Amino acid sequence: MNNPSHSTATVYVPRDSAARSVGADEVAQALQHAGGRGDFALDVVRNGSRGMLWLEPLVEVVTPQGRVGYGPVAPEDVDGLLAAGMLDGADHPLRLGIVDELPWLARQNRVTFARVGVTDPLSAEDYEAHGGLAGLRAALELAPADVVAEVTASGLRGRGGAGFPAGIKWKTVLDCADELKFVCCNADEGDSGTFADRMVMEGDPFMLIEGMTIAAHAVGASEGYLYIRSEYPDAVATMRRAIGVAREHGWLGKGILGSALDFDLHVRVGAGAYICGEETSMLESLEGKRGMVRAKPPIPAIEGLFGRPTVVNNVLTLATVPVVMAKGAQAYERLGVERSRGTQVFQLGGNIAHGGIVETAFGITLRELIEEYGGGTHSGRPVRTAQVGGPLGAYLPESMFDLPMDYEAFAAAGAMVGHGGVVVFDDSVDMAAQARFAMEFCAEESCGKCTPCRVGAVRGVEVIDRIVAGTHRDENLALLEDLCDLMTEGSLCAMGGLTPLPVRSALTHFPDDFLGGRRLLEIHPVQATEGTA
Amino acid sequence: MTTSRSDVTVESVVRRVVARHRGERGALLPVLHAVQAELGHVPQEAVPVLAEELNLSRADVHGVVTFYHDFRREPAGRTTVRICRAEACQALGADQLVSYARESGLPLGETAADGSVTVEQVFCLGNCALGPSVEANGRLYGRVGPARLGSILNGTVSS
Ligand SMILES: Cc1cc2nc3c(=O)[nH]c(=O)nc-3n(C[C@H](O)[C@H](O)[C@H](O)COP(=O)(O)O)c2cc1C
Ligand code: SF4
Ligand code: FES
Repeated sequence: MNNPSHSTATVYVPRDSAARSVGADEVAQALQHAGGRGDFALDVVRNGSRGMLWLEPLVEVVTPQGRVGYGPVAPEDVDGLLAAGMLDGADHPLRLGIVDELPWLARQNRVTFARVGVTDPLSAEDYEAHGGLAGLRAALELAPADVVAEVTASGLRGRGGAGFPAGIKWKTVLDCADELKFVCCNADEGDSGTFADRMVMEGDPFMLIEGMTIAAHAVGASEGYLYIRSEYPDAVATMRRAIGVAREHGWLGKGILGSALDFDLHVRVGAGAYICGEETSMLESLEGKRGMVRAKPPIPAIEGLFGRPTVVNNVLTLATVPVVMAKGAQAYERLGVERSRGTQVFQLGGNIAHGGIVETAFGITLRELIEEYGGGTHSGRPVRTAQVGGPLGAYLPESMFDLPMDYEAFAAAGAMVGHGGVVVFDDSVDMAAQARFAMEFCAEESCGKCTPCRVGAVRGVEVIDRIVAGTHRDENLALLEDLCDLMTEGSLCAMGGLTPLPVRSALTHFPDDFLGGRRLLEIHPVQATEGTA
Repeated sequence: MTTSRSDVTVESVVRRVVARHRGERGALLPVLHAVQAELGHVPQEAVPVLAEELNLSRADVHGVVTFYHDFRREPAGRTTVRICRAEACQALGADQLVSYARESGLPLGETAADGSVTVEQVFCLGNCALGPSVEANGRLYGRVGPARLGSILNGTVSS
């Protein structure tokens, strides 16, 4: 180990912000410091995260057998690890084994996330060495309509929540005659419990650039925008640097990869408004306006950014396109079930022992995700519920955990897969408080354009408070039902339209919490308005 | 427009920022971010200058500044600590952090009397598997219990 003839070891320490939030920078520094002292010959590479977030900071050492992992590593563990022979992959209580062979990872089917955590996110050489640009090269060989046909054949549906087929959207944009068209990537990722977009941007930014460039070729766009929420400063910085590198390499700009394609990309930073993840609101925001939802039609594909035909897709949707083009539509389409093709990137969060990214074909059950991958709760108490699909998604009781994860099966059960976020709660959760929070969140984040959402959500908080307090409980329960109907039927967009989903699911599956006087959690009051519901 | 000293300063900052973003489509948001980065907030005096420079009505600019949570009308403390209150962090005890901050004399939305720190809520920082999550001046912290929040609040107060 402490051997000057030892060749320089390569050590990976993630630069992903989740890893950094639990000390990855300090671990990297401690390693670099040991290297700087000349005691050990090592190079630290900052990779993305493998998505085994409970093991972060996860340090990997390159050995002839493969990359050996140690984790979670605290800065004060570093000296001991080095002394024990970590650079040779030696034994230590924190040693996890060959990372690629860890069952959690080995059981997954990583397609979109194949490179995330493996490569240095900002190394163009690493990117190409790991299959990067193959999709773009293949696409540039084809006529735009053929690229669209390939994406359609793959069955790829939008990963941002609604699940609209990507190819059909692209075809609409391609068929518009305009000179100026845009590709916009929705990187707002405002849903609680979702972080896959962030991990792609921080861990494999070139893949997203490549996907947007393929989209540009497919529809005839010359300009692209990446709308990233301001809560993600690391993703903003990484994407900006990656765009710079891509321009230097001729992957963006004029005559991309020697073809006739001209395309350039700009990063725009949001300003803390959940509704700006809704596509028309995002376009308003990109135009420099309040993020108010636009009525559809016209659809953005025909009249989008600045009134021009625009592709709006989620990060994961666009980031999956390169592999579809590189491996072929059929290879992708073969994965999945029914009309949910390919893989979904599930994000396990909340009160879960093993939280992180599980990419696997559609059709896996919630129970497999929570129990087998997630290992139950972080607190060690029994699981009571999981909210699937973000703050507008349903709370499911344990009795529904055998539902297969697919868009239609979830919709039929009154729930939604959404962006694939699964947030787990143990038995200490107060479901009336969660229902109240759903209304409070809607009141806080409503764009204000339509009354059912703007006023209804504020009323919803008040009515739930009265139910819990036991004031005219039956009348107020009936009133809540009416209010939920009104919001569902009368809201212009899914913000007001879907808020009743978490509320009703909590009420249906956990009625006792509304009736038994369980103590409400501390909740910051929303602004009250006059009158009564 | 009045010509008090502070007006001149705000005005010159705004004009310089706008010049930097000239040529960007729909540049108001990036301009507002840049103004806030330089001045710590978006002062009322900036609004007419922005309107004039960007050929918008004052009402439009005002409407944008007030719509987005990020833009402040008033300066915040030297450090802003944001506690995630979204569902995944709630499942791990985020509300205890809110209570802890309040009991330390820093309720949500308030700035410490000495101007050192402002505590705010935020809905999701994308660290939902390692919550409760807190962000302080752009730096993300995971697995934050009350004790760790205390040192974040204190650490930032002393720096
Ligand atoms: C309230 C609301 C919030 C949304 N937030 C996001 C978001 O953060 N990211 C996202 O990609 N899509 C979000 N969507 C969905 C978008 O409107 C749109 O369907 C999506 O960006 C289209 O891309 P896709 O087809 O690739 O999914 C949201 C929708 C609503 C109604
Ligand atoms: S439902 Fe809510 S967020 Fe959507 S348009 Fe209406 S007010 Fe705006
Ligand atoms: S819910 Fe707190 S970081 Fe996502």
